[in-house]
Amino acid sequence: MALMTYAQAAVAALDDAMSANDRVIVLGEDVGRGGIFAQYAGLAQKFGPDRIVDTPISEAAIMGAGVGMALAGMRPVIELRVTDFAMCAMDEIVNQAAKNRYMFGGQGTVPVVVRMPMGIWDASAAQHSQSLENWFVHLPGVVVVAPSTPQDNYSLLKAALVCDDPVIFLEHKTLWASSGEVDTSLDIELGKAEVVRTGEHLTLVTWSRQRQVCQQAIEELANQGIDVELIDLKSLWPWDKEAVLQSCRKTGRLLVVHESVQVGGFGAEIVSTVVERLPCQARRLGAPRIPVGYASELEALARVTSQQIVDYVQRMLAQHTDQVPTS
Amino acid sequence: MVRIRAFEDAAEDASQGGVAVYGQATSGRAKVRGPLHLSTGQEAVAAGVCAHLTANDYITSTHRGHGHTLAKGADMTRMMCELFGKAHGFNGGRGGSMHIADFSVGMLGANGVVGAGMPIAVGAAHAQKIQGRPDITACFFGDGAINRGPFLESLNWAQVYRLPVLFVCEDNQWSATTATSAMSAGAGAAARARSMDIEAVEVDGNDVLAVYRAAQELVNSVRKGDGPKLLHTRTYRVKGHVSVDKAAYRNPSEVEQALARCPIKKARALYLTMPGARADVLDQIEADAQAEIEAALAYADACDPPDPETAYTHIQTVGAGQWH
Ligand SMILES: Cc1ncc(C[n+]2csc(CCOP(=O)(O)OP(=O)(O)O)c2C)c(N)n1
Repeated sequence: MALMTYAQAAVAALDDAMSANDRVIVLGEDVGRGGIFAQYAGLAQKFGPDRIVDTPISEAAIMGAGVGMALAGMRPVIELRVTDFAMCAMDEIVNQAAKNRYMFGGQGTVPVVVRMPMGIWDASAAQHSQSLENWFVHLPGVVVVAPSTPQDNYSLLKAALVCDDPVIFLEHKTLWASSGEVDTSLDIELGKAEVVRTGEHLTLVTWSRQRQVCQQAIEELANQGIDVELIDLKSLWPWDKEAVLQSCRKTGRLLVVHESVQVGGFGAEIVSTVVERLPCQARRLGAPRIPVGYASELEALARVTSQQIVDYVQRMLAQHTDQVPTS
Repeated sequence: MVRIRAFEDAAEDASQGGVAVYGQATSGRAKVRGPLHLSTGQEAVAAGVCAHLTANDYITSTHRGHGHTLAKGADMTRMMCELFGKAHGFNGGRGGSMHIADFSVGMLGANGVVGAGMPIAVGAAHAQKIQGRPDITACFFGDGAINRGPFLESLNWAQVYRLPVLFVCEDNQWSATTATSAMSAGAGAAARARSMDIEAVEVDGNDVLAVYRAAQELVNSVRKGDGPKLLHTRTYRVKGHVSVDKAAYRNPSEVEQALARCPIKKARALYLTMPGARADVLDQIEADAQAEIEAALAYADACDPPDPETAYTHIQTVGAGQWH
């Protein structure tokens, strides 16, 4: 076990994977200098510029070249800087990487890991703060992962680097400096959730940075005698349906919390999946459908807070379900 | 060239009604369904370039990819099976004409998105360079594609890393129903490549020998490690954009001129001027192509369609099959 930041855990995972397989290479802007979040720190010194490849500001080409490299036998890690810039490479992600294997009848596979840091980044406004995980979950052909702890970042990045599918790897922009113990011998399977805390009264399902926000809410709820079970999905596609159903069978109440916009969000999918199968009171809580504003007053409106979670849970337990806010 | 022509003529026949665009109704009974983009009149480009490539070299293609695929060495029967949507097709019936591919001969796929093959070609060439292979990648694209971002991004990338890639602009003068000249600023693909110090050669794309010779020099240079090159071929799209497009928006005299410059006719005439040339050799080539396409059609017709259960395979490994 070693204490690492979320960023250091990513570096360690890459270091291990690149040492084990010389087909693993990194493509992206500024990666030679360690990446803008230090998530590649030291790797260029160790592996050289032929494997930690600084690229032009050409998101479509970075992603498209990653597809071509993968078809030619490499395992590229594609750095897109932030989720928001993935929009410049959308064809290459959606129509090329995700579709290649199917369209060509399995003649090739596209083992790429596409890193695109997600989420609200302080005072960065509408084009540097989005969480678009549901867009990618909607896309057949890709795996979607959103690790929340240094351990998850280490283990899931390593799992992604040996996976034959394109993996959309969403690290949260505000988690890079968070630290925790990392056991480098621990494998975490893609698609497996973690029951972070067991509880009797209600199941909270979340991922990425909202895990921390949920934990704050849970502490306060515990003080009020409300015992919440917390599930961190970690993988959003495939997601651990069994873990969620099992928990909901016990608690009878589900609240899904995500940082992305609530409308058309992945929370709706989880709620539907559960209520189609179980008698369960189920709700989702996400951001209002507004772009993230610059002023702190506006930015705050786009955040899901622990207080909101506490309020939701209290109302659900009071069973005044008609009073639960819907947006 | 003759095999490409035979294949596309047969595919066109088999498509009959095709898709309900360009004012044509679908017959619903067509054996080749959906949009069929023919390269009739452009065969010399595919043949002249691919003649210099081995099965270890890669190509990426456009939506108009039959010629490239055949010229790269793909089996005609499996191609026709794919167009018929049959299980024995290269893509197991998942791709059709617009995604025709044969990875086993290095043909990494036709593409439904204009310009999308370009960064993929660059990535394949980058991998070849990293892996120290003697192989190269040829990237076919249309004259319309040079106005999309991936063209600029790919040329720049290839030049920055000095990659073994030959960009081949198949300039057939049209983009769907619009003359490209009306929509492209400046002198075209070669001029844009030269602005990045990429050597570019312009050639008559209907003269197979000219294409062959120009491509030979460029391919040799790319193979030697001289970095990316661009071949700008000027040819003509004889048919409409898709098979059902009667292309009434064009001046008929333009088409007549192009038909007079048919690359197959030109090659035939040129060959017959050579000492010792024998017309029966050419006749035999055409007869062989006819026999090959007839066998391909018969096989494709008799072949089974894909089992619907296979719709869930080849999507992805992680989570496969759990979420029908
Ligand atoms: C990104 C994108 N935009 C538009 C289209 C629709 N489209 C298909 S082919 C085509 C014309 C392409 O012209 P060109 O690149 O010159 O190739 P050609 O068809 O002449 O071979 C268009 C506009 C597309 N497939 N992809």
